[in-house]
Amino acid sequence: MTISIDPQKTNNESLQPKGWLRYFSFSLDHKVIGIQYLVCGFLFYLIGGTLASAIRIELASPMSDFMPRDVYNQVLTLHGTIMIFLWIVPVVNGAFGNYLIPFYVGARDMAFPRLNAVAFWLIPPSGLMLVASYFVEGAAQAGWTAYPPLSITTPQSGQIIWILSVLLLGGSSIFGGINFIATIIKLRRPGLKLMQLPMYCWAMLGTSLLVVLSTPVLAGTLILLSFDIIANTGFFNPVLGGNVVVYQHLFWFYSHPAVYIMVLPAFGLVSEILPVHARKPLFGYTTMVFSIMGIVVLGLVVWAHHMFTSGTPPWMRLFFTIATAFIAVPTGIKFFNWVATLWGGKISINSAMLFSCGFIINFVFGGITGVALAQVPFDIHVHDTYFVVAHFHYIVYGGTVFIIFSSIYHWFPKVTGKMLSEKLGILHFIITFIGFNLCFAPQHWLGLNGMPRRVAEYDPQFQFVNQISSLGALLMAISTIPFLINVFLSLRDGIVAGDNPWNALTPEWLTSSPPPVENWEGEAPLVEEPYGYGKQFSEGK
Amino acid sequence: MTTLDSSKEIQKNNSEVKETHEDFRMFGLITFLIADGMTFAGFFAAYLTYKAVNPLPDGAIYELELPIPTLNTILLLVSSATFHKAGKALLKDNNSDSQKWLFITAFLGIIFLICQLFEYFHLPFGLTDNLFASTFYALTGFHGLHVTLGTLMILIIAWQSRINGGRLTSQNMFPLEAVELYWHFVDGIWVILFIILYLL
Repeated sequence: MTISIDPQKTNNESLQPKGWLRYFSFSLDHKVIGIQYLVCGFLFYLIGGTLASAIRIELASPMSDFMPRDVYNQVLTLHGTIMIFLWIVPVVNGAFGNYLIPFYVGARDMAFPRLNAVAFWLIPPSGLMLVASYFVEGAAQAGWTAYPPLSITTPQSGQIIWILSVLLLGGSSIFGGINFIATIIKLRRPGLKLMQLPMYCWAMLGTSLLVVLSTPVLAGTLILLSFDIIANTGFFNPVLGGNVVVYQHLFWFYSHPAVYIMVLPAFGLVSEILPVHARKPLFGYTTMVFSIMGIVVLGLVVWAHHMFTSGTPPWMRLFFTIATAFIAVPTGIKFFNWVATLWGGKISINSAMLFSCGFIINFVFGGITGVALAQVPFDIHVHDTYFVVAHFHYIVYGGTVFIIFSSIYHWFPKVTGKMLSEKLGILHFIITFIGFNLCFAPQHWLGLNGMPRRVAEYDPQFQFVNQISSLGALLMAISTIPFLINVFLSLRDGIVAGDNPWNALTPEWLTSSPPPVENWEGEAPLVEEPYGYGKQFSEGK
Repeated sequence: MTTLDSSKEIQKNNSEVKETHEDFRMFGLITFLIADGMTFAGFFAAYLTYKAVNPLPDGAIYELELPIPTLNTILLLVSSATFHKAGKALLKDNNSDSQKWLFITAFLGIIFLICQLFEYFHLPFGLTDNLFASTFYALTGFHGLHVTLGTLMILIIAWQSRINGGRLTSQNMFPLEAVELYWHFVDGIWVILFIILYLL
């Protein structure tokens, strides 16, 4: 059965708000929704970043003097939750996915535009609800993991609002995932084979599979947790005969894949950016595809490596150590492929390229500490210390957030039609890179020496290193300023970009900047070789 | 000027051409049901783990009677068949037959829910009595929520398949097919739930 689209019905442009107003409307245009995700996510990033600054100010001195201890717990819980569920997941999936995937598959919109808009509009209310919970008896205090019995014994209203908010965000994520799978599998332009798709499509397909398979488990778990809190059941409450480890298993069954939900799209985005700015085809396309799918499969069976200290039986430790170590293989393949893409390329040193290279460096470092953490003897030593904090910030900030900025520098000309200033961009990169490494590299040392995470006070011997880390955090906060100045100045009077300022070959550059409402005037172009740079060079174009 | 003219011309041509694409709403629904199934999988995994590692305290009551859930299993299986009949009837443009079978299906769903409530009221344990009781109510309650939604959707499509002015025709089968798939899914989950919770 086919559906016929009546252009009279779909082209009701006159009914849609024009200009900036459309970003506040229930727009069905995938490009508008992508920008909505990005700007909304960035605003929450600023909130989450402010909370991070508060944490680092508190930790600049060993005593709890900047804020009360329970407020510190609320701040770190909100920081984690906001950064994961309201900044990284929506932006790296929702924003870039919605903007780029329809171009890449040669479609005029996503498969389910209304579902798409619903998925976005779930985010601002749940985010505001989460932030506002601070003013109602205090926000949740149990960290972003909400482990019981902590989450059951801390003040209830904040925890319940937290659960409700995460459930809504999870729903948004699932709707988005369904949409991406349907768009990539079903909405491809006739003649476009799966193995001809740009790598970001594969990354989003893998990510969406993880979203669809694992997020519902988190939803179910949080429903049970909310029963424990409000209905006095004992699922996860040992006092009532429950089992806290079951919560941890169910939670990490989502939240380990969540790491890949945050980082796989970044793998896809960097695979789009590197070939363009190195003027070379992406190295090892097929191995990239298989390693993404390998990560998806392995990512679903490694969750218990977060629980080596939770009384895990030896066979389980053995299995999850080996499975986790295996993930290094596909990840390593991807890393070598990116390096090989750069090798011998005609590299332009611009902001997008610099952030991508920063990503590769940081991510390798985070990956190595990840393999180290998968080893039980080592993990037991550093479990719940700052070593873990350093490790996952190297993955999610040094990895994904660097790629988000790289992608903004890369696609800003397409989205707005204006170029960003390279000078400010490079300044942004230098401050971010130095600040990030200054902030998180010393935390490895802190963790190895036994400083526990999530505590407002610490042994005075760690003060100097903590102050270095706080100085790094200050630089990271400052780095946002040149970026914001850059965006505002470039929007007002940036150089006009033209349709294809990077001479890229992927489909989104083959339309005007900014693109028209249904992406192409006339039929969508068939791009069989999105990375055919060598060919283009040899033909002298 | 020329580019503007040509773009206008393309727009004009576009408005004359009707574009078509494959119907992938069913594909989206199947993806959603996989996700929904994972929620149940999480609940089942939790239940089985509790059963394996969390012994109930001495004197905890956790016996279940089989007659009502067995009747419920039969009710749901029969309702799956009657739903299938409704689809067949609609395919033959026999809207009144289709509507009749849909009402029978919805009726069976309501009977299921009434039986479920009856069981709830006659069980010797409450929600917070012990871990088994909590898991039992969470699992059957979450499934019952699915049955409630399914019954409401069946009533809606039964209304839509009315002869005069109904949206459901043999050309527009999707609403019926979607709800049917959902209903079969809910039945399938019940069979698994029945085996794990009552028989195991």
